[in-house]
Amino acid sequence: MAEDDDEIILSELSDDELTAQMMDDLYDGLKEEIEEATHILLERGWTPYDILTKALVAGMTIVGADFRDGILFVPEVLLAANAMKGGMAILKPLLVETGAPRMGKMVIGTVKGDIHDIGKNLVAMMMEGAGFEIVDLGINNPVEKYLETAAAEGADIIGMSALLTTTMPYMKVVIDTMKEQGIRDDYIVLVGGAPLNEEFGRAIGADAYCRDAAVAVETAKDFIARKHNQMTA
Amino acid sequence: MTDALSRLLETRDWLLADGATGTNLFNMGLEAGEPPELWNADQPNKIKQLYSKAVDAGSDLFLTNSFGGNASRLKLHNAQNRVRELNRLAAEIGREIADRQDHPVIVAGSMGPTGDIFAPMGTLTHELAVEMFHEQAEGLKEGGADVLWVETISAPEEYKAAAEACLLAGMPWCGTMSFDTAGRTMMGVTSTAMVGMVDKLTHAPLAFGANCGVGASDLLRTVLGFAATGTERPIIAKGNAGIPKYVDGHIHYDGTPELMAEYAVMARDCGATIIGGCCGTMSEHLRAMREALETQPRGEDRPSLEDISARLGGFSSEDDGLGEGGAKRERRGRRRS
Repeated sequence: MAEDDDEIILSELSDDELTAQMMDDLYDGLKEEIEEATHILLERGWTPYDILTKALVAGMTIVGADFRDGILFVPEVLLAANAMKGGMAILKPLLVETGAPRMGKMVIGTVKGDIHDIGKNLVAMMMEGAGFEIVDLGINNPVEKYLETAAAEGADIIGMSALLTTTMPYMKVVIDTMKEQGIRDDYIVLVGGAPLNEEFGRAIGADAYCRDAAVAVETAKDFIARKHNQMTA
Repeated sequence: MTDALSRLLETRDWLLADGATGTNLFNMGLEAGEPPELWNADQPNKIKQLYSKAVDAGSDLFLTNSFGGNASRLKLHNAQNRVRELNRLAAEIGREIADRQDHPVIVAGSMGPTGDIFAPMGTLTHELAVEMFHEQAEGLKEGGADVLWVETISAPEEYKAAAEACLLAGMPWCGTMSFDTAGRTMMGVTSTAMVGMVDKLTHAPLAFGANCGVGASDLLRTVLGFAATGTERPIIAKGNAGIPKYVDGHIHYDGTPELMAEYAVMARDCGATIIGGCCGTMSEHLRAMREALETQPRGEDRPSLEDISARLGGFSSEDDGLGEGGAKRERRGRRRS
């Protein structure tokens, strides 16, 4: 049980203290605390976009870095992502209302022939936790499924996952089809899966290979930021 | 000790397990995306061939074609109502091949992960996991498996659920985890933590260890971690035949039969008793491993990490997660415990 002097009343904290506390609470996967703090910041007149980027995304970045460095592992990261989703659920309708820039939308699935989905599921959960919208295609997706959904959903990112060495090459089929249709550059293409590596990602023409779910989130954020810069340039 | 594996372990100080199931089946024409377990019913001759390849190459023990044979995995192919049947068939075919040999060969009923994530983040509960594994275990038992073989597990909760299911089925079992994330399992379990968990189980496995993961070197580092705890329980080492490489549009594992032979002997020196391969390990690898285990003497000492990387290649991460590593983030203070 918490000692009395450990007790922190969120509403009594200054803005700076509160955002710092939110980063801690995200790290510990405390969903209710994140929801409460999100409401407090809204009441204090913060824009939904500032809460998203300066508190939630900033906090998840720390979680992602510690996952990458082998300090946190999947169970902790999923709890953190779940807490983040609690805050996101409050902010999402407000973000739409205020016309704030979106984090980005990703269509994700395992490629045709591949039925191994745990890695894909982890990426989807962490991307959602980082504020991205996710359209999960599930397993065993043919090229049409990726491209039709990406077009219909207005996605920014196509994410492909494969665990088998026999199904990895299908990623190239998807990318080659995009090239044929002249839509390759309309999307950021991220690939991942245990047997892949950077060399393979380059060889098939993906934008990036993502070693794990944390890298996927960081890479997606990077590419989306570059895309925004290009549009304003 | 009444089960066949325990009896065999009493007479031998190492056993050769089998190699890859998936890699072999794909070479035999399995279409990517097709669940291999359906072949137990539709292509039994090919499954016989799969098992025979391992036995003919010298395996003392082989795994049944039932890795994805739990309700959660088969549901992806709308075959969740065939769990019992497909597992029974997997073991029956295995029994037939094993009984044909003039020496004892163990039929190990393979049980892979459910693929689900445990609550609160995922949907899987202990009860559900036990129920799924138990259903599969009963099918494998019915088909005549000597022992159940739980493999490629990442979450400790799932390993424990499998143990309970094996107990419910009244079957001896072995269980390995996949250490593929900086020396730990995806869910953060270290080699030492696994030994601790295994020791606490009510229905402890006959043998435990590591399979799949990242290449032969990493796997042996994990085995050294098991052995360093001083555990008396037999250790299993089933590593991949190197690392998959993409060359001219094709994928192949870079582990040669010579490398896997070296790996097998080193695995024994590291403290493993049951030694086999995983993805990419074919008959020619198994034959080389068998020959090396039979002809090469045991080493005086356990190989060092330097020996392993010098002979089998470098590690995928700097350490095995057992060191001090990075400290968790400093906390400002918690609101509740």
